Amino acid sequence: MSIKRRTFTTLTAAAALFAGNAALAQDDVRIALVVKALGIGFFEAAAEGAEQAAEELGNVEIIYTGPTDTTAEGQIEVINSLIAQQVDAIAISANDPDAVAPALQRAMQRGITVISWDSGVAPEGREMHLNPSSNPLIGRTIIQLAADHLPEGGQVALLSATTTSTNQNIWIEEMNKVMGDYPDIEVVGTVYGDDLADKSYREAQGLMQTYPDLDAIIAPTSVGIVAAAQAVVDAGKVGEVNVTGLGLPSEMAGAIESGASRSFAIWNPIDLGYAATMLAYNLATDAAEAGPGAEVGMGRLGNATLDDNNEAAMAEPFTYDASNIDQFKDIF
Amino acid sequence: MSLAERATIPDRLNSRLQRAATSWELLLFLVAVAIFIANSFASPYFLNAWNLSDATFNFTEKALIAFAMALLIISGEIDLSVASIIALASTAMGAAVQLGAGTPVLVFVGLATGLACGAFNGALVTRLGLPSIVVTIGTMSLFRGISYIVLGDGAYRGYPASFSYFGQGYVFWVVSFELVLFALFALTYYVVLHRTNFGRAIFAIGNNPTAALFSGLRVRRIKFVLFLLTGLMSGIAAICLTARLGSTRPSIGFGWELEVVTMVVLGGVNILGGSGSIPGVVIAAFVMGLVTFGLGLLNVPGIVMSIFIGLLLIGVIALPRLWTIARTR
Repeated sequence: MSIKRRTFTTLTAAAALFAGNAALAQDDVRIALVVKALGIGFFEAAAEGAEQAAEELGNVEIIYTGPTDTTAEGQIEVINSLIAQQVDAIAISANDPDAVAPALQRAMQRGITVISWDSGVAPEGREMHLNPSSNPLIGRTIIQLAADHLPEGGQVALLSATTTSTNQNIWIEEMNKVMGDYPDIEVVGTVYGDDLADKSYREAQGLMQTYPDLDAIIAPTSVGIVAAAQAVVDAGKVGEVNVTGLGLPSEMAGAIESGASRSFAIWNPIDLGYAATMLAYNLATDAAEAGPGAEVGMGRLGNATLDDNNEAAMAEPFTYDASNIDQFKDIF
Repeated sequence: MSLAERATIPDRLNSRLQRAATSWELLLFLVAVAIFIANSFASPYFLNAWNLSDATFNFTEKALIAFAMALLIISGEIDLSVASIIALASTAMGAAVQLGAGTPVLVFVGLATGLACGAFNGALVTRLGLPSIVVTIGTMSLFRGISYIVLGDGAYRGYPASFSYFGQGYVFWVVSFELVLFALFALTYYVVLHRTNFGRAIFAIGNNPTAALFSGLRVRRIKFVLFLLTGLMSGIAAICLTARLGSTRPSIGFGWELEVVTMVVLGGVNILGGSGSIPGVVIAAFVMGLVTFGLGLLNVPGIVMSIFIGLLLIGVIALPRLWTIARTR
């Protein structure tokens, strides 16, 4: 094998002489940001964040890539070509946590730093995973959003998804844990809109009828928050009842404009791309090592602390209001 | 043309050498060589045994289906449901895993599902006399639709370790199991199409099904067998792809039917039936694999690759046509 290998190395070297341009870039740290599919606003924003990180770091080349469809086999083709190019790091949002793992394992065997972000990869296929946020941070954020606009305290109600929605239940539980910090705020009730627009709308109407003094509706679901905002507008209670929670800027732009929602939160894709790039850079340049309990730098976003599964949370959800909704509503 | 002139027409218009020199396969082969050389200069990473080995996975599974598809298209039919058969066969295998099936059972389930889908397409086309393009557009939605109903946004995983050999195993050094399978089937389909009576019958049917019928060929039965073969090859591709991914989602192999048909047409098979060759399809598989891998090394986005493949297809098909027009002027 050694002779054959040498022949190939020679050929590679010869080809490199001709190629020139690609070989010159060798000194840069080349970080590939692999997304679920190209042409999705959320990921384009993440790529913008990655470029911000690259600019800050100086010697980084960002390769923003991904398949045309959100398929695992498409991502494997992309990963294979990145392995072939001997990039320094791959930061991936996976279409399938298991299917891409063998290809990524091969990448790691050949000395490439692999991290996942947004949608994770099975633990054997990456060094660490970056979650956009964590359950405790989300739980605190949703009550804080309501409290921001209730300096005197008041009544709030929850409009959740289904009674069995794991994510929403955990977030509400985490919120209840920190309620002690908000003594003037009373949670008067929780209703379930089943993540259906019409049912969520009716449940929001019901809340306003049952609790005439209601000050805020917290909907930790992107379907519920839009429906609740619509119900508030239709009931003529804009200014009296503030709708907040987790939503998408593109869907919530109207509610912010009408005043039905003063602010809401969701992860910031630009920060996510920025943080993933910073983490990949620090791991690839051996400035940090991934492992349970390790702290890895994320530039302006501080440090990420890894848990036992080598997962970390980036930050509390990002707040969107009238000041920044126009910037983000076209992104996702 | 007078009768006397017609009588003097020889068996073969050109000598064997002349035919070879102007053949589609040679043109395509030269294109492949040109792409290979261009890639070596464009990226310093191209000429590496392991990288090239990785690149073969871009086309081996699609090519397995393309062999059977070539026969089907030569006979004047088409099957656009092949990618959906992959999805259904993979879903069936995933369901079998949940019931505790081992590798041999999984292979059987994959092959059986492929055959059943092929038989369904074949029966609709040959028994009811429906146009194959319409039937298979319908089953394209049907087969994948079943996968979506079964899986929704979930996935089947937990395939046994020995099963992964079909998609990730290497026979020796950089030669993968899939590449060996590709070579074996290339040879088999070459013999079937170009060296057997069955192969001659396929060409006869594609050129003139009525004449073929009156010459005593069992046209419907032969077409049915070709649909079965296409289904079977899709089942084999489903086994390889599922083993490579280690999981099943309903979007598996999405859009592959068009890539398979592109491969076949690029390989010189007449889309209207009647002519084509297996060596052409083999070279076309390499051309498509080399193009996507080469462009991938340059980080060209997938959508631009599709444009490039489209232009290549039109270019390679138009070139001989333009050549003939230019010569007859």
